[in-house]
This record gives sequence, C-alpha cells and structure tokens, in this order.
Amino acid sequence: MDIRLIAHDLAASYGARTVFSGVSLEISQGEVLVVSGANGSGKSTFLRLLAGLQQATAGSVVYHYADRDWLPRDACPLIGWVAPDLALYRELTARENLRFFAEVRRLHLHDADIDDLLEQLGLGGRGDDRLSAYSSGMAQRLRYAYALIHRPPVLLLDEPTVTLDVRGAEVVDQVIARQRRDGIVVVATNDPRELRYADLLLELGR
Amino acid sequence: MQEPYKIEHRLAAIRPVGLRDLLAAAWAIFIKDLRSELRTRYALNALVLFAASAAVAVSLGVGFIGLRRSEEYLLIQSALLWIALLFAALNGLSRGFVYEEETRTMAALRLAAPPIAVYLGKLLFNLALLVLLGTVTSLLFIVLVRIEVGSPLAFTLVLSAGGFCLATATTILAAIIARASFKSALFAVLAFPLLVPPLIVAIQATALTLDTAGMALALPAIRTLMAYAVAMFVASLMLFRFVWEA
Repeated sequence: MDIRLIAHDLAASYGARTVFSGVSLEISQGEVLVVSGANGSGKSTFLRLLAGLQQATAGSVVYHYADRDWLPRDACPLIGWVAPDLALYRELTARENLRFFAEVRRLHLHDADIDDLLEQLGLGGRGDDRLSAYSSGMAQRLRYAYALIHRPPVLLLDEPTVTLDVRGAEVVDQVIARQRRDGIVVVATNDPRELRYADLLLELGR
Repeated sequence: MQEPYKIEHRLAAIRPVGLRDLLAAAWAIFIKDLRSELRTRYALNALVLFAASAAVAVSLGVGFIGLRRSEEYLLIQSALLWIALLFAALNGLSRGFVYEEETRTMAALRLAAPPIAVYLGKLLFNLALLVLLGTVTSLLFIVLVRIEVGSPLAFTLVLSAGGFCLATATTILAAIIARASFKSALFAVLAFPLLVPPLIVAIQATALTLDTAGMALALPAIRTLMAYAVAMFVASLMLFRFVWEA
C-alpha cells in the first residue's frame, strides 16, 4: 500500500501573527521532505499540522492511503511523530511505555518484539529502567521507538538528531533510509547537515 | 538495520476500532494511570490528606453536636461529609488530565489512543480514586465525627451514586480545563453549576440513610443521582472528542 500526502494552501497563525501561509505540496511514497527555516519560522507548527495535533488557520492536509482519504485528526494510526516536545511517561520504564502505547494502538507485542526494537535503537538492556533515569539522548532514542512501534507509513521528525551522539545520528540515518522504502518522511530542521535527507525541500520564513 | 517489527502492526493499527478495542485501550489507560499514581502519589496523597484533615477539623470543631440527634443534626453531618468529599475530589480528580498536560505527555497519548478510550480510562481511574476516597472519608467520619449509619446498604448506595456523579462531571471538566492557564479557578467555576444539583440530592439522601428509615426513603434520591450520572456520562462521551482535539 502506497501513501501520498497532499497539503493545499496551508496556513498557520498564532493570534494576529501569521507564521506561514500558502503552503501547497505533495509527497509520494519513498520521498523525504525536509522543512528548513530559522527559529520561529513555523517548522514545528507545520509538523504539528501534519500530525493533527494543531488545526490549520487555512488550507487542508489529506493523506491518501489504503484506498481512502484520511484527515490528520483521523490519521493517528498512519503517523509516527518524534519531536523535542514529545514526552513519554517518566515514572514508567521504557518497556512499560512501549507496551502501553502498543496496547492503546491495538498491537499485540511480545516482550521479544519490544526488546528487538529497543536493541535496534541502541537501548538494549535498558528497557526496565524508568525514563526518569534516562539521559536526554536515550529519551530521544525512545521517542523513535514510540514513533516506530506501529510501523507507520508517515514519519514526522522534528529536529531528528537533537541530543543524539554520533551513534544515535547513525541510527536516525538508518531509520530514515528504511522509512524512505516503506513510506514518507518529513524532517523539520535548521541543521544544514540534515538537508542531505531531502528529496523535496520546503523553506519557511523567506 | 534489520526489521525490528512486523508489517502486521501497521495493518492492525489502521483497522476500524471496535467496542472491544475501545474497552481494551481504556483498560490499558486505567492500568497505566494506576501504575503511575502508585509510583508518584500525585493525586492519592492530596485526596487522602484532604479527607483526613477535613474529618479531623470537623471532629474537633463540631464533634460535640453528636450529643443530641435531630433531623437538622443528620443534615449537618451529611453536608459536612459531602463537603469533605467534594473538596477532596475537586482537589484530586482533575489531576488525571492536568498531569498529562503538565508532563507534556498529552500529545503522545493523543496520537496513540482513541479519544473515547482516553475518556473511559480516565473516568475509570477517577472512579477508583473516589471509591478509595469515599471509603476513607466515611470511615473517618464514623470514627471521628461519630456519625451513626442507620441503613448501611442505603448509605453505601447513596455514596456510590453520588460518587459516580462526581466522577463523571469532574472527568469531563478536567479535560476541559487541562490546557487553561487558570486551571483551579476555571475548574471551580465550571464545577459549580454541574455539581451543586446532585450534591443537594446526595446530602439529603445521605441524611435519610443516617436515620433508621433507610432504603425506602433514599431510593428515589438514588435513582435521581444515577439518572444524573448516566446523563452526564452520555453527554461526556459525545463531547469528549471535541474537547480532546480542540
């Protein structure tokens, strides 16, 4: 099943301040869109609109997948979201967090599935630690586990390598490479090194 | 990188949500909240300490009025019990949603869980807290304020029905105020019109159960409370998605 994202004349405002407007684009299976721009240009807001976490001031976003159209507010099963302001439950362990999110997503995972995912993201052996004991880099890796657990066709990455070490950045490279094969990726960044992911480039705030 | 998970997971996530899925997700949210609560004591301490403080204050302040039982005396005892329950509930039951907002976990939950499951899970958690709160507060009032329960079964039913009203109303209100700036003030203002009517009924019904007249007299009030709670529950189910996604 291929996926397509179509945004038409999208605009976002906070009060009287328009962050961006008139954004139209189409992303097809296998493509990576990189959204760049200065701080405050609306990169994170753009991703939140795609995720259905915020409503656009104008315009529309539609995902076409499995022979139907999905509006962002209904498209949660299609979306994996990683962002600095994504927090998981600090009083729970990594395994408890992932098991919980798998259960509410109606996935039947075994401990081995969770262990595999943690291992792939460099968190092997730390699944039973509470998040309150995690470093910021480990928390970022766990955000990837949260985003990937349901194998979403759309991966939205806001500042994808923030707080990650070199090994962590390599894991992100691998995640994006695989997602490019399985669906679409939207990366919001102001790190020029991450422009290399781009098949399509959207520069906000110009 | 190897495949860390299976393609069936993607298919499972997009299939239509059935009633069994909703209930399973609600149960998962309830268990998650319970586990978090037992580790953080975020709401539990506030509820129990408030109930204990209220019972002790009432017992030291007006405990002596227990010397002479009258209709007014039973109403006063009943009102004091419900005031303690109400304020403890207002203090603790909004925290399910407020805690998600304060710890910034709301977005993760919104992206993963069906809205109705979130409401049901939070309601279940608030009901569990209220069962604990009602039990602790009643026992404290029986011991410290020396209330005498004429009909224990009717007393328990009135407390349960009143607690159901409190839980349904405070759960939807907590969802509404979670992202507001002045949470406590807004919660109190919104709670007033929703909680006063069932509270009046609950106070009068509880007073009846303290007397020996018991079940027969309290039954209409129990029915009224249950009808209110069910109406609030159904309205909340219909409204919650708009509140959650606002």
